Order: sequence, then structure tokens, then C-alpha cells
Amino acid sequence: MLGILTSDKAMKKAEPTESHTISVLVDNEPGVLARVIGLFSGRGYNIDSLTVTETEHEKHLSRITIVTAGTPMVIEQIKAQLERLVPVHTVMDLTISGPSIERELALIKVSGKGEKRVEALRLADAFRARVIDATTESFVFEVTGRTTKVDQFISLMQELGLVEVARTGIAAISRGTGGIARKG
Amino acid sequence: MSREMSGAEMVIQALVDQGVTDVFGYPGGAVLPIYDAFFQQEKVQHVLVRHEQGAVHAAEGYARSTGKPGVVLVTSGPGATNAVTGLTDALMDSVPIVCITGQVATHLIGNDAFQECDTVGITRPCTKHNYLVKDIADLGRILHEAFYVATTGRPGPVVVDIPKDVQFALGDYDGTPQVRHKTYQPKLKGDQRAIREAVEHLANAKKPLFYTGGGVINSGPAASRLLRDLVKMTGYPITSTLMGLGAYPASGENWLGMLGMHGTYEANWAMHDCDVMVCIGARFDDRITGRLDAFSPGSTKIHIDVDPSSINKNVHVDIPIIGDCAHVLEDMIRVWKARSAEPDKKALDAWWGQITEWRGRDCLKYDQDSDVIMPQYAIQRLYELTKDRDTYITTEVGQHQMWAAQFYGFEEPNRWMTSGGLGTMGYGLPAAVGVQRAHPDALVIDIAGEASVLMTMQEMSTAVQYGLPIKIFILNNEYMGMVRQWQQLLHGNRLSESYMESLPDFVKLAEAYGGVGIRTEKPSDLDDAIKEMISVDKPVLFDCRVNKLANCFPMIPSGQGHNQMLLGDEPEQQEVSDEGKVLV
Repeated sequence: MLGILTSDKAMKKAEPTESHTISVLVDNEPGVLARVIGLFSGRGYNIDSLTVTETEHEKHLSRITIVTAGTPMVIEQIKAQLERLVPVHTVMDLTISGPSIERELALIKVSGKGEKRVEALRLADAFRARVIDATTESFVFEVTGRTTKVDQFISLMQELGLVEVARTGIAAISRGTGGIARKG
Repeated sequence: MSREMSGAEMVIQALVDQGVTDVFGYPGGAVLPIYDAFFQQEKVQHVLVRHEQGAVHAAEGYARSTGKPGVVLVTSGPGATNAVTGLTDALMDSVPIVCITGQVATHLIGNDAFQECDTVGITRPCTKHNYLVKDIADLGRILHEAFYVATTGRPGPVVVDIPKDVQFALGDYDGTPQVRHKTYQPKLKGDQRAIREAVEHLANAKKPLFYTGGGVINSGPAASRLLRDLVKMTGYPITSTLMGLGAYPASGENWLGMLGMHGTYEANWAMHDCDVMVCIGARFDDRITGRLDAFSPGSTKIHIDVDPSSINKNVHVDIPIIGDCAHVLEDMIRVWKARSAEPDKKALDAWWGQITEWRGRDCLKYDQDSDVIMPQYAIQRLYELTKDRDTYITTEVGQHQMWAAQFYGFEEPNRWMTSGGLGTMGYGLPAAVGVQRAHPDALVIDIAGEASVLMTMQEMSTAVQYGLPIKIFILNNEYMGMVRQWQQLLHGNRLSESYMESLPDFVKLAEAYGGVGIRTEKPSDLDDAIKEMISVDKPVLFDCRVNKLANCFPMIPSGQGHNQMLLGDEPEQQEVSDEGKVLV
């Protein structure tokens, strides 16, 4: 999604690649996102999804959620490289650290008349998508869920007059009582 | 106690509080306030270089020969971009550098102002960390944090970009160099269980090998001492990367010589055949490993490194130990002394027998006739005539660098300054300037090639200005020798652009700079000329005319394993695969 880089590292190894969701807690200082993204592009790692925003204003903390793919050796390397960045507090691999949940939000604009319009609304109901804007010839749906669900809803809208899509990328968090550890 | 002062004064005060005595730099519009503050004090000395790349290399030479951080001061825009090569070099070789760059005033940032560039953007991938100081209130803290980040953990370069208005602004400085960072906290002590496990493998090894690198040198003199103790206690063989030379003495009986692409026959075969490998402060670089799937195939690998991202990057290791070399070595020695198992003496004798056989191959052999100086011979003579002095060696990059590593014996750490990771031609001369500045009475020699040294030749002027009697020992073969060697071995001897039609007269050039030039062409004149060079108390350009077509062997061609070394006395060279040619 974000200029996906297919790295040599991922290609050459005989080991299969895995998808991992990594949460990175960082100091919200200028350039911190550039450091993280520059690390991925500079070292040829993949970014399949990236979400970032400030999560604790008083403590100046932002949380970056990255979905990446690579061989187990490359994934370990990505985490070690992230941990090496000075403004990074914690790197947590949600894919291996226990059960976790992932959600993505998408805004989907569909235009059409008659039966197609009715069908779009019916499917939206089935997917628990909300109508957040409407004209006589269009809807904007808001749908939340796992990436596969969002993908499926969008593909159904394809033949019902899909105009455009905006997606947030994945936000993820671990299940249960524990939270992401932080230093200092 | 907090005091009010300008940003420029704060820079000087922070340097003083960090114990900095020498700064390498070049002025310009955006750092004029700091230069003005320099002018009004005497605690910190400034060395004016002739190009900002030279400033960083000089600071690297200073840092690597002293163990202290090197400090650089340059202006915005071209000052900063010229420093980028040096910063990248310092990052690759883990050299602690604090580089202060001037920046246009904060209100002009982003407006394409005169001599503006996005310094933090440009230097982000070539520094360990960097800062843009937009508020005078942050300056004192950031300056001390910069030194802390540069010198702790795996050392590296840190840039502090200071806009001109912040240099003029008044702010409080509380003068506390102690920093505890909220996120950056490098781990020094290794995991005790992993250390015990490592020692157990070491004690049960039949064909053990120590493989050490620049991390031992960076860890400080204690690490080299402890390494020597451990090698002595175990009696095991030891090899090292280019960066690690001197941590274990070249005259030590367990020393196998350097390993890797131009490493010795015995070191590379030992690496290939060993059953337990202890990597201490090295990073399995491609110049060391050769073809990855043929690299030391049967060994249990133990890896000690302060940087967790070095572990399992290129080669999967069995026992990773994250920690500072000196700390971990100390623990290993303690555990070794307390162990119950005795090493398998019979197996170790057989291993040393095998190593002796490999040593018998005499892989560095070359033929010296009476007409033309062989480059290897030149370095051997240089070594013999300087080894009993207080000598520091820097190099440029290429064949001469590898010959220096093969033929100059290093007995102590911090005596060998070379651009290993980035391979920066032009490193050695300015690095020698920095080394000589730190050690005014020592003999500082840049073993150079005529192509490399021309890249930063202007720093001769710096050496003359500050009375730094560096010796530039040029192995002049009129070719970019390593390029020519690769073209001969890999590209059908088509010598594309590797010969310089016109070179300066180095003797006259030295004189033009106010130094001394010496030229030698005959093997019989070499010793006297070297002695003359040593006796001159001025910068010297020594034009040593050597065999033009000598090749550097042994050589592991790219894409090959350690057991497929080329040796100089084997006429037929094997074909290099297409896959191998792609590798540099």
C-alpha cells in the first residue's frame, strides 16, 4: 500500500515470508516518523500498512503501527533496528506476543441509482457499515473491521458504483490486561 | 548552577564541560557567532581544515587514536553536505563524532535561503542520531545528550544543527554533562546464562577460533587486555577483521593474521573448518564471510556485540550475547576459571597441527628483485624501521590498505586508523592530521595510494599550518590498483579508466605546500629514504614508486567461500560466476 518495497532480503532466502504487526511507541518529536520510514526504505524492508498518531499528549508519546513482511530473520532485524532509534521507547511484535486484535477504518464513496443503490445499502447493513454522507445519487459508508472484511466490502461495492476509498491502515492492540511496556 | 549566556557561548561552554580540547572545522555565514565565541576564549583549540570532509576524517583519526569523541564544526548548506562522507564513514566504522552544523535562522528554514539545506534530513541515515535545535532552552541539554549518544553503546556520529538566531539568543545553561536518556539506554552487561553456555562450548571445543573486530577496540583498552588474557588462558587461535587489528598483538603466538577477502590462508581456513567460533565485536560483514552459505559451515557460533541489530543480521548465530566487549570478556574469564571441564588437549593439538600446516603455505609470499620495489616489501621495510617507535598508521583505501593490514604488525589497539566499512578513498591524510594533533610527539604515517591521497590532498596545507609532521607514504603504481586488479581478474583485463594519465610531481607538490618531498624508485634506496622521512620534522610526501601491476593476494573472489581463495603463486585463476560478479 505504501510504495511496497519487495526487498532482496525477502526474495533470496528460501525461508517463507511472514506478515507481522509491530507496535512502536515513540517520543512525539519532529522527524521521528521520518526516522522510522527512512529505516524501512533505506534497508529495503516492506511496509504493508502504517498508522501513526499521538496517543498520550501529556507524555508526548505517539504510537506507530506497522504491518510488515519478511523472513523470520528479517523480522527480527527490523525490530532490532527500530529499537536502536534513539526516540523509540518500545517495540512490540503483536503477531508473536500473544493474542491481539487489529482494526481498520475505511470511508467508501459509492454512486448509483435504483436497484444498485438499494443493494449497496443492503450490503452496508450486512457489514455494519454506517452511512455518514448521502445525496440522492451517492453514499459515503464508514466501515470498521479487520482488513479482510474491509477488502471484501470494497470488492462488493466495485460493481455497485464505487467512486473512491480512503483507509486508515491498521491499528492494533494486544488482548487482555497488559499494555505496551515503556522505558523512563 | 545555571548561568545566562548566548547560544554560541553555550556551545563553547558545553565543549569545555565535556573535556574537549580540539575541534576540527571550517567557518561560514551560519556559524559566525560560534566562531566569534571561539575567538574570545583559549580553552578549546580550533584546527582549520581545507574541506569539511577533511574535518570529519581528522576528527575520526583523533577519536580512534585516543578513545575520546572527535568534534567537528561546519557551516550550513555546503559545509554540512561536504561533511556527509565523513559522517557516513564514522557511522559505518562506529566512531564517536559530534558534528555541530550552523543552520540558517529558524524563520528562514524551508524558504530555500542562501546556504540552506535540510541538514537533519540529509544526515538522518548517516548519523546515529541528529538534532535541529529550534529553541535556546533545549541547546544545553541537547549538546550534552549528543556526546552521550555518540560515545555510549555502539559509538557513532551525532549531528547538532543550530540555526543562527539560536546561536545569538540568550538562554540558561546549567552545565551538567551527566545525561540519563529516557529511551536510549544501551545494555553493557551480557546475559549470564548465555555467557556460561558460551564458555561451556568453548571448553568443549575441538577446533575453536576467536574472531574479533573493531568492537574490542571501541570498548576501550580494558577489552584488549581481557582479550589477551582469555586467548592466553585458552591457548586458542585468534583472527581479526580489518577494524580489529591491534587488539591482539601481531607478534602473539596465537595470531593467525587478518581474515576475509584479503585475509591469510590460515585465518580463512581456520574460519572455514572451526567447530566453535567466538565472534567478539565484529559484524559478519560480507568482506569477512564471502559466500554466506559456505561461511564456516560446521561451527557453533557465539556472537558478542553491544548492538542487538548486529546479531543474526547476516549470519545466524547459536549463542548471542548482547553487551559491551570488556564487560562480557571479564565475565567469560571468570566463568572460564571456575569451569569444571578440561579442554580436549589431544583435539587441540591436532587443530594447531592443522593450522601449522596452513601457515606453511606462506600465503603472503612475494618475489622482490633488485630493480623495482614491490609494494609489500615497501610496507615490510616501513614496519621494520618504525616498529620500535611510538607509531600510528592511517591508510587510504585500496591495495595499499590491504597490504598495510597484511604486512604492518600492530601490537596495540588504537594504532591503526582505516576506513573499513565505507571504504573512503581520501580518509588517511586528514585522519593522520587528527591523529598527529592528538599525539604531537608520535610518528604518524598515512600509508597511501596515489589515487586516494589526491582526493583530500589539500589537507597537507592544514598539516603545514599547524606544524603537524605527518608522513604520507604513497605506494605509487599510477593505477587505482584495486580497481585494476578486479578488472584484470573479473573483467577480462579491460582496464577501463583505472589509469591516471597525468599525476602531479609529488615531490614538487610537497614543496609547494611547504612540506618535504622524497622519491624512491630502487629497492636498495628504500631504507635510507624511509629513515630520512622519519627524521624530517615536517609533513612529508613520500613518493614510493612500486611495481605497477602487483596484485593483492590471497583473495577470495566475490561469491566464493573461504576454501576457494586465490593465491598469488597459482597461475590459473578460476572463473567467477555471474552471481559473484554482481557482488562488489
